Amino acid sequence: MTDDSLVVTDLHVEFSGFVAVGGVSFDAHPGEVRFLIGPNGAGKTTCIDAVTGLAKATGSARLGERELLGRPVHKIVRLGIGRTFQTASVFDELTVLQNLDIAAGRHRPSVSLLRARRGVEESIEQALEETGLAGELATPAGILSHGQKQWLEIAMLLVQDAKVLLLDEPVAGMSQDERTATGELLQRIAAKRIVLVVEHDMDFMRRFATRVTVLHQGKVLSQGTVADVQADPRVQEVYLGTAGAATTAAMSAVPEPVAGTRQGQED
Amino acid sequence: MTKPKPWLSLSGIGVFAVLLLAVAPLVLTDHWLNNLGKYCCWAIAAVGIGLAWGRGGMLVMGQGVFFALGAYAMAMHLTLETAGDRIPGFMVLYDPLAPLPMFWEPFRSAGFTLLAIVLLPVLLAGLLGYALFKRRVKGAYFAILTQALAVALATLISSTIRETGGDTGLSDFKYFFGFVLNDPANKLMVYLIAAALLIVCLLAVWQLYRSRFGELLVATRDAEERVRFLGYDPANVKLVAFVVSALMASIGGAMFVPIVGIITPAEIGAAASVLMIAGVALGGRASLFGPALGAMAVGWGQSSLGSTWPEGWTYILGLLFIVVILFLPNGLSSLPARFAAARRRPAEQPAPAIAVAELEEVRS
Repeated sequence: MTDDSLVVTDLHVEFSGFVAVGGVSFDAHPGEVRFLIGPNGAGKTTCIDAVTGLAKATGSARLGERELLGRPVHKIVRLGIGRTFQTASVFDELTVLQNLDIAAGRHRPSVSLLRARRGVEESIEQALEETGLAGELATPAGILSHGQKQWLEIAMLLVQDAKVLLLDEPVAGMSQDERTATGELLQRIAAKRIVLVVEHDMDFMRRFATRVTVLHQGKVLSQGTVADVQADPRVQEVYLGTAGAATTAAMSAVPEPVAGTRQGQED
Repeated sequence: MTKPKPWLSLSGIGVFAVLLLAVAPLVLTDHWLNNLGKYCCWAIAAVGIGLAWGRGGMLVMGQGVFFALGAYAMAMHLTLETAGDRIPGFMVLYDPLAPLPMFWEPFRSAGFTLLAIVLLPVLLAGLLGYALFKRRVKGAYFAILTQALAVALATLISSTIRETGGDTGLSDFKYFFGFVLNDPANKLMVYLIAAALLIVCLLAVWQLYRSRFGELLVATRDAEERVRFLGYDPANVKLVAFVVSALMASIGGAMFVPIVGIITPAEIGAAASVLMIAGVALGGRASLFGPALGAMAVGWGQSSLGSTWPEGWTYILGLLFIVVILFLPNGLSSLPARFAAARRRPAEQPAPAIAVAELEEVRS
């Protein structure tokens, strides 16, 4: 276990009596594309909410030596945790450059806020190159395509220099080509940073995951490589509702559950 | 939002400065120059509202409070200056024997008064903003809270007749930091100070809008949570904008006193605070010139139409307000851009999207 790993131990999250996450443990390291999967309501997003300070939780979530739980959101971000949301949330009225510039801002002294921007910072240019948005510098983020918005969000995490990227359904609503591009992007990013993806898309998971944790009803059901997890009969049962008879191939036939069931948890 | 080139806005401020500081004194009568000075004071407060509301999304419905801080600080000083060593006349009326209230004493000093005009609003807005924004009070709750504060302050002033002059307010100032206020030359000077301060405030927001802070403020207005996840505390961003807007309201109030010659609770209460907002909405709250020009237009309407046809003026203002909010949510200053857009592609109209965004903001 290295200094810059994300280690979550015995995470508990309750919403007025309802146990959304009940004792989940997992870890993620740089160099792997880590996936968190599970049926709707399994507590995947809630895990991310807890780690980023959006939901109150007990247990432990550490980045290296630092405990994350109990800190306010913006302080956790400053420790190097970045996240995206299920619905792309970029600043629609601002241009791509302005969006990225704000994301890069936490490394600048506050006084520099009073000056206008001159030129484009190197980290921003790199992120634009990396995500293929270099041509959209002056485009208002609001008129980008859905996929481009998601990439902009990832680019924002890059210029923010997040050590940990928590991505909530990054390929939802993307075309097949865009999914492949995103997956390859994540693999490149994961070389130096921790990438943790919450996803419903089994095909995407199978193609790009190095390690997977399956959640079910707020608990860890299975953990391991893609092959391990797919071979696990409990996973098959959860996804298909019939034990034993299922084949691993059938997992891809599972319809994509409807997103957006955690409205109440977000406030 | 398409961004006009910075130098274009800057030369706009330059033209405005020439009009206010050089052309207006030459062409206007003393009476109308004095009125224009009054509009400048409202415009100064409006520029601040544009910053807090237009760019920051905080519907500040109680700017009268900060307007009052500046106005009453200035009025107390001018009253004491006029009274000399004696106790101000209106106080003697109510209780000839009682001494000057304690809190009046420091306002004998010109330096203290000027400092108070700057520091009082900064402190109050800082405290209030810190308490509210850290607790994530926003939207309608924030608006109602600030409005209630304006009502409370107006009531407090009304009910403390001996200390503040009550409903009759403070008036009959003879001197302005040693200058005789009746002298036309000095009146011109006071006007020029107000106009110059308006230009300074415009320059300040011009720099703020083109700075990174301006972008961050818009980002905070549109997606506060997202800003939090970029490592900023949105409360601090909003606090800065709120404090600056309070300071501008106070400066406007302070200059209002020597120009108009009287300050009463009616000038700072709920109705007055809403009127300040009305001008900003009319002109275009998110634009650079909209708030100032809107406030001046409302001020002009009030003193021309409002005096000849007072009942009608209220209805006209109300109607205008409704029409602008319904059809031009970004104010009159968005008209040129609208025309340009309509000429380029007559079929497409971006209007519905804007209106929806507006509604969302009100709901949040």
